[in-house]
Amino acid sequence: MSGLFALLLALPYVANSYVLSVATLILYFALTGQAWNVMMGFAGQLSLGHSLYVGVGAYTAAALFFHFGIGPWVGLWLAILLCVALGATIGLLAFRVGISGVYFALLTIAFAEFTRIGFDHFNWVGASGGLFIKVAQREHVDLLNLRGTPVMFYYVMLCLAAGAFGVCSWLFRSRAGYYWQAIRENEEAAQALGINTFRWKMLAVVISAAMTAVAGVFFAFYYNSLFPEQIFHISRSIEIILGPIIGGLGTLFGPILGAALLAVLADAITEGLTLLRLEIPGVKQVFYGLCLLVVVIFLPHGIWPTIARKLRL
Amino acid sequence: MRIADILNLALAGVLTGLVYGLMALGLSVIFGVVRVVNFAHGEMMTIAMYGAVVLFATWGLDPFLAVVPMAIAFFIFGYALQAGLINPFITRPEHAQFMLLVAVALIMVNGLLMIFGPNARTVQLDRLLESIELGPLLIDRGKLYAAVVACVGAGALFAFFKFSRTGKAIRACADNYLGAKVVGLDVKRYYALTFGLGSACVAVAGCMMVLLVDVTPVLGPAYTLLAFVIVIVGGLGSMTGALAGGVLIGVSEALAGLFITPSAKSMVSFGLLILVLLFRPEGLFGKRR
Repeated sequence: MSGLFALLLALPYVANSYVLSVATLILYFALTGQAWNVMMGFAGQLSLGHSLYVGVGAYTAAALFFHFGIGPWVGLWLAILLCVALGATIGLLAFRVGISGVYFALLTIAFAEFTRIGFDHFNWVGASGGLFIKVAQREHVDLLNLRGTPVMFYYVMLCLAAGAFGVCSWLFRSRAGYYWQAIRENEEAAQALGINTFRWKMLAVVISAAMTAVAGVFFAFYYNSLFPEQIFHISRSIEIILGPIIGGLGTLFGPILGAALLAVLADAITEGLTLLRLEIPGVKQVFYGLCLLVVVIFLPHGIWPTIARKLRL
Repeated sequence: MRIADILNLALAGVLTGLVYGLMALGLSVIFGVVRVVNFAHGEMMTIAMYGAVVLFATWGLDPFLAVVPMAIAFFIFGYALQAGLINPFITRPEHAQFMLLVAVALIMVNGLLMIFGPNARTVQLDRLLESIELGPLLIDRGKLYAAVVACVGAGALFAFFKFSRTGKAIRACADNYLGAKVVGLDVKRYYALTFGLGSACVAVAGCMMVLLVDVTPVLGPAYTLLAFVIVIVGGLGSMTGALAGGVLIGVSEALAGLFITPSAKSMVSFGLLILVLLFRPEGLFGKRR
């Protein structure tokens, strides 16, 4: 574990800028995957609308910076606050009426889509034309405003992902973690044992939303441009959940392993197709889909539990 | 804004909504029986639309005639998909089924992108260009005939489930999985049949939809979401609910385009979906749980 962390700390000294950008992306998906995993992997509540929290988080921090020059480390807290409020609203509405399973998943999609179209017409943040943050000189590191080199972004992302891992491993073994797992396995039984399932499910949603908001703020300052069509799109939500499901749902290492494998796979497919001169649009995603299909069919619990069993961890 | 304009738009919404309804009916039937949410539904719809485009472009086959071979082909395709891929997943958790169908959808969208490219394709029938005048109302022929075919398709499916022995057996599987097994029904085969029938609905709806809109590969996910909205609003698993939901969404989209702005029209649908999920999760036309 600490070996891996040391390796990641040393990465910018050995890797070129391309590898570094891929690594940053992997860490980003490790973070969002951990966040989603708290809700689905720990507490068993399937969300298919996590792009909502990424988008709202990103737009909040970016708009504050754009309009008032308020830095991301302040904007972050407002982003978290807004996403927690949103998550709490969705949770409150859904869990009070007893919506679960497929219906809950569709409700989360509906909220994300509703917000996407809303932002398309929200002129204060540029509507469908997009919101752009001024790109500063890339050589100058300004950590306070998150303006700087790719190496700085890499280290910020590494800290965030490591922080998320720490939070999750603590949560997993906390009282809340055990309650969540009880709810995930059998909600009625958990309720019969005296667990206030409503309260603990709400906590899972709120924590998940807050962690995803952090990822959203990073996203805004890393890419410098935001479009509702892209950031709130349902395919963003699916991207977030691929990692943890492929890696291993409800495990701590699953989201990280899944994010890394998917990035490497996407890269390998691109390289392979370039070698074979098969550069028709869509080929890459078809291969990607086929690989997903194979994993889902043959490794029902994800890759990490299979490896862990082999290594007797 | 004249009353006649509003009426015309509402009527166009009803006609388009019936085609939406047939597509959603496929999703509803599949969920009602197999209890699997087909996340690749809209992608199948776009495949059907491209099928109609290709049949028209190569052999000049009228989409109204293409309905028959497309429905048969989609029935076989749906049967095979359920028997080969989805049946092993019916006892697996919902997220696993979701992932499976997302992977299938990903392959479908991008397969279409590989074959047809990103440009929009369409079918133009000259004889449909003239509208029917009915007092102040102008009825688009293409929309009218498409809606009629959609109603015939839906009616045939209703009749099949209501009166045929196979239809009864399928309803038995939906009502009580274990009971159906006990009386000796091959439940998995009926699941495959159901998925085939749901796919055939999509094929018919797709052939009709090319008369109304241009098709691009990226329409797939949008249609999947549209079908979800319709069946949830109408009542997941309810057949009349799916058709009624389709009409409701068709009309509300048409009128939202007039009163708000065309690009915000699906916001009305999603708003409706959220309200229905919260206050009447069984759907407007579904049975109380």
